[in-house]
Amino acid sequence: MTMTVNELVNKLDLQVYTLAKGLVHEVSGGYVSDLLSDVMGNAKEGQVWVTLQNHKNVVAIASLKELAAVILVKGIQPEPETLQHANEENIPILGTALDTFEIVGRLYNAIHSENHKG
Amino acid sequence: MDQVMHFEYAVEGGDFFNAGAASSNVKKILKKLNVDSHVVKRVAVALYEAEVNIVAHAYRGKIWVDIDGRRIKIILSDEGPGIPDIDLAMKAGYSTASPRVREMGFGAGMGLPNMKKNSDHLHITSAPGKGTQVEIINELYESHAF
Repeated sequence: MTMTVNELVNKLDLQVYTLAKGLVHEVSGGYVSDLLSDVMGNAKEGQVWVTLQNHKNVVAIASLKELAAVILVKGIQPEPETLQHANEENIPILGTALDTFEIVGRLYNAIHSENHKG
Repeated sequence: MDQVMHFEYAVEGGDFFNAGAASSNVKKILKKLNVDSHVVKRVAVALYEAEVNIVAHAYRGKIWVDIDGRRIKIILSDEGPGIPDIDLAMKAGYSTASPRVREMGFGAGMGLPNMKKNSDHLHITSAPGKGTQVEIINELYESHAF
């Protein structure tokens, strides 16, 4: 059983900045980096990307790599053009007030406990 | 498919707003051609990094894309400062990006290694002060990715 972005949003109490469309994406895992080429080179399809980068290029990368969603940490909001592009490309931009360490711990547990259910 | 498809894109130096537009477009075209998604992603990554390099380092550049039944050939040519030492530039972690570019999360010295990893054939020529030419060729139906 894999989890959808929507289930993750409910489980981790995430804010949803974008329109609801992309929330049906299935989550295969997570990737954490603020270096864009690192994500480009190493993130895998279906992963949730945790970052503090909030500019439009984040959407380009998430879309090219077919990531499930982006989680912005520490209450950082997406720039308006990021949001617009994310809605066009159907990439959910989510947010949390927590810092990277705290949200990633919870994300890891949520994804792996779900995977163990079988 | 026997016909050759040809596409051209213009890239402006410093225009991070539109960075990735060519890569996104080429990805959509390849998907429509039913190219395997693994192959599509490799092309998208290689082209994205090359495109961003023009935005981050050059004044302007052009991208020519040719797709035939077997392969995709991408040529990027820019007017920019050029690369004095290509071997050094290919090293992971080496970057000459500005602080502003680095703050955005670019310029980690991973772009050229990503291009190499995701292209079947990569050829870079450059002369300081004259700009840089990049040629990327990928097989569309027989990936050498493994």
